[in-house]
Amino acid sequence: MRSEVREALIAKLTALADDEVILAHRNSEWVGHGPILEEDIALANIVQDELGHATLWYGLRQQLDGSDPDQLAFFRDANEYRCCELVELPKGDWAFTMLRQYLFDLYEALWLEAARHSTYPPLAEAVQKIIREERFHLQHTQAWIERLGQGTEESNRRLQQALEMQWSYAQQLFVPIPGEELLIAEGLVPDLAPVKERWLEHSTRHLQAAGLKLPINPGYQPTSRAYHTEHLWSLLAEMQSTARWDAEAKVW
Amino acid sequence: MTTEQVWKALAQIPDPEIPVVNVVEMGIVRGVEIEGNKATITMTPTFSGCPALHLIREQLERTARALGFDSVEVRTVLSPPWSTDWITPEAKERLRRYGIAPPKPSSAQDFLIELEPAPTPCPRCGSLNTSVKNTFGPTLCKAIYVCNNCQEPFEGFKTV
Repeated sequence: MRSEVREALIAKLTALADDEVILAHRNSEWVGHGPILEEDIALANIVQDELGHATLWYGLRQQLDGSDPDQLAFFRDANEYRCCELVELPKGDWAFTMLRQYLFDLYEALWLEAARHSTYPPLAEAVQKIIREERFHLQHTQAWIERLGQGTEESNRRLQQALEMQWSYAQQLFVPIPGEELLIAEGLVPDLAPVKERWLEHSTRHLQAAGLKLPINPGYQPTSRAYHTEHLWSLLAEMQSTARWDAEAKVW
Repeated sequence: MTTEQVWKALAQIPDPEIPVVNVVEMGIVRGVEIEGNKATITMTPTFSGCPALHLIREQLERTARALGFDSVEVRTVLSPPWSTDWITPEAKERLRRYGIAPPKPSSAQDFLIELEPAPTPCPRCGSLNTSVKNTFGPTLCKAIYVCNNCQEPFEGFKTV
């Protein structure tokens, strides 16, 4: 593998893993606070799966540069993280959390579907593994969009409000990282443009069927994964506190 | 020491989360190779975030060492991805008797289409009049159902 392709692949794997870790941590804030017990458990399951996916992506990076996944997760500062801004936003209410998870799950499922044919065998293998778990997530969050959108006036209003906020943030999921064109040219990862097209088609249909209106005015749309919202700093401060306090953490 | 003997020893290791089945009949152990005094065991994760993976890896290593190998390597492979089709029929029956509805045959269906139109039979009374209560359960591999006939809630293995 040429060195610039290798560097780009390392950056892409990092971005994939970082999205999963940060979103998982955000959603883990609901554990013990879910609206009903079943949903508390369901979201905890989804979080656990997303952490499993992050472990696989960091593991692929480790094969390329020998980096330690725990070091990457717990000892990098916000400036070194390459997650998108959508996953950093505070958890908000249940509608906000479910909408974000739905928009992310749909993107992830469609990206994975396109990435099944990657020319990089370790990535293609990880995709086959993850895709089987992701469909359960999408099935679950898809149902929540219907339930909240068609539920009461209040649930519809809250979901609509979340959509106004998140719609433009979600578009960052389809912004290629620097060097991604090299990976696409060699077939290592799929082109994001057709994935975005399918995502728009699916999400628009589902959101409208649930009684929601797509925002007319494009809001703030982040572009570079090198920049973050202020929320990432406080999230990492909490997430990394135990590891930084006692890196070995052998005594409980 | 033959590979058959190693397989037999590994088949004594219960699944940490479902102790009525062992890690071999669950399809978690993928291969055993012996080279002189070294054993190489290949395993595959059921769900990528399964917290029992570390424990299973440790137990595979400890069991093989107890057989007298100087060196034991436990390798993890992802391909082909684990499927519930790899759980043996005997293990599926034992799951059912334990109160966990076994998985159905997994097909290479498109992942975006709706799951499981066929009902899951109740492991206690056998009724097909059951409904899913939660796609997610106490562990990553199970969902929660309720039987509308005998009124009992039960766990079912997800079909993957």
